[in-house]
Amino acid sequence: MIDFAFLSDTFLKLIGALPVTLGLFFCSFVLGGVLSLLILAMRMSSNRLLSGFARGYILVFRGSPLLIQLFLIYYGLGQFEVVRHSFVWPVLREPFACAVVALALCTASYTAEILRGGLLAIPTGQIEAGIACGMSRWLLLRRIIAPVMLRYALPAYSTEAILLVKSTALASLVTVWDVTGVAQQIIQRTYRTMEVFICAALIYLILNFIIVQIYAQIERYLSPRLRTPDEEPALPVNPAIAGEKND
Amino acid sequence: MMATLGFGENGWGNLILGAACTTLLLSLVALMVGALVGSGVAAAKLSRHRPVRWLGDGYSVIFRGIPELLIIYLFYFGGSGLVTQIGHLFGADGFIEMPPFLIGALAIGLISGSYQGEVYRAARLALSKGEVEAAQAIGMPKWRIFQRIIVPQVVRYALPGMSNVWQMSLKDSALISVTGIVELMRASQVAAGSTRQYFTFYLIGGGCYLVLTVLSNGAFRKAEKRMGRAHQSRTAAQH
Repeated sequence: MIDFAFLSDTFLKLIGALPVTLGLFFCSFVLGGVLSLLILAMRMSSNRLLSGFARGYILVFRGSPLLIQLFLIYYGLGQFEVVRHSFVWPVLREPFACAVVALALCTASYTAEILRGGLLAIPTGQIEAGIACGMSRWLLLRRIIAPVMLRYALPAYSTEAILLVKSTALASLVTVWDVTGVAQQIIQRTYRTMEVFICAALIYLILNFIIVQIYAQIERYLSPRLRTPDEEPALPVNPAIAGEKND
Repeated sequence: MMATLGFGENGWGNLILGAACTTLLLSLVALMVGALVGSGVAAAKLSRHRPVRWLGDGYSVIFRGIPELLIIYLFYFGGSGLVTQIGHLFGADGFIEMPPFLIGALAIGLISGSYQGEVYRAARLALSKGEVEAAQAIGMPKWRIFQRIIVPQVVRYALPGMSNVWQMSLKDSALISVTGIVELMRASQVAAGSTRQYFTFYLIGGGCYLVLTVLSNGAFRKAEKRMGRAHQSRTAAQH
């Protein structure tokens, strides 16, 4: 009934396409992360024009499907002579680069909102305490704002990373040979739809499971209270006992 | 841009407008399927029995971990394959294709269900225990408690999350264009391909989605406000 030879063969072929999927993910994750910081800075700016632009950006990229954004960049931009003769054309001609640009632009809008949520959740007392200690702005950002913000934003950020992994499958629609794309290639040759797609689905499931685990580790690292007690500095649990020792 | 989007005899305006209606209908059906499945998933996740909880968790893991595009492919080909197999049992010949609208709505609905399950579960957990206990204490039957205490409050708590899920389904429905059904995305593709004005038509298509999401966002916010107000006035009257 189940053709194990075919399944394992398909699985190996799909694993071969995994670097493309991972490349799409990492490139757009890093690019989107950097872009989201820029948008976050604009969104929090007191300048009306800047914050208005950031709001508009977030609205547009969260309000329309990624597929249309991808097609707009891949098929749409090539329509203009200006783009085709400019220096960006060698990049925008490649489906892989277009997919990365579309994914990064889209994920940046979501990430900016997630980070804003984290930023707003920082207790003002912590920032005031930092200022009271005489920390410079940069030190304050590095030691207090960034780690605390990251900790608050992490659960939502992990969801965004998983959504991004899933979104990379769309790149197959603009002829990027990622896992989904290769799965379609195999199907065109063998006509065995279900087996191949189930193999591909399994690969994505494993990938997402690994990402969840990585995020859980980062979360553990950033939140002292989730770590095991022996890693913590010993706290006097009972003040009465601690007091007795002093006597 | 507007000149290409004529509403006259051979204009593309009517096609896009009709397609927008299809998108809306598709997402609405998906939302309802998702509500049904989602309440089941939430109930399973809140169950006292461990195997039932595993069932709920497994459902979410599968439908959230696999790319939407793959799920649609699996349903499109798998669904038709299944129906063909069943057809063979009853003596039918050849490949039976399932209607793409049904397949699409089911696929998006089941994906939406995994997210709605989480929304309902959070809403159920947000409900204070005392209210249910109070109702039990005055001798309300189980069904009445469900109908008068649990459902209205869960709906109120779930509304903000539902708004998110709805917008997600709205955007996911663009992927159903791969099955050939003419919704907004497919209509933009058709118009863009025949006029060779890709940028214009994808921009128009994207704009339509944006309008739909902004409008529905407003509607949800209004509903939230209304339910919040109703709740406040009721509690104020009681005090």
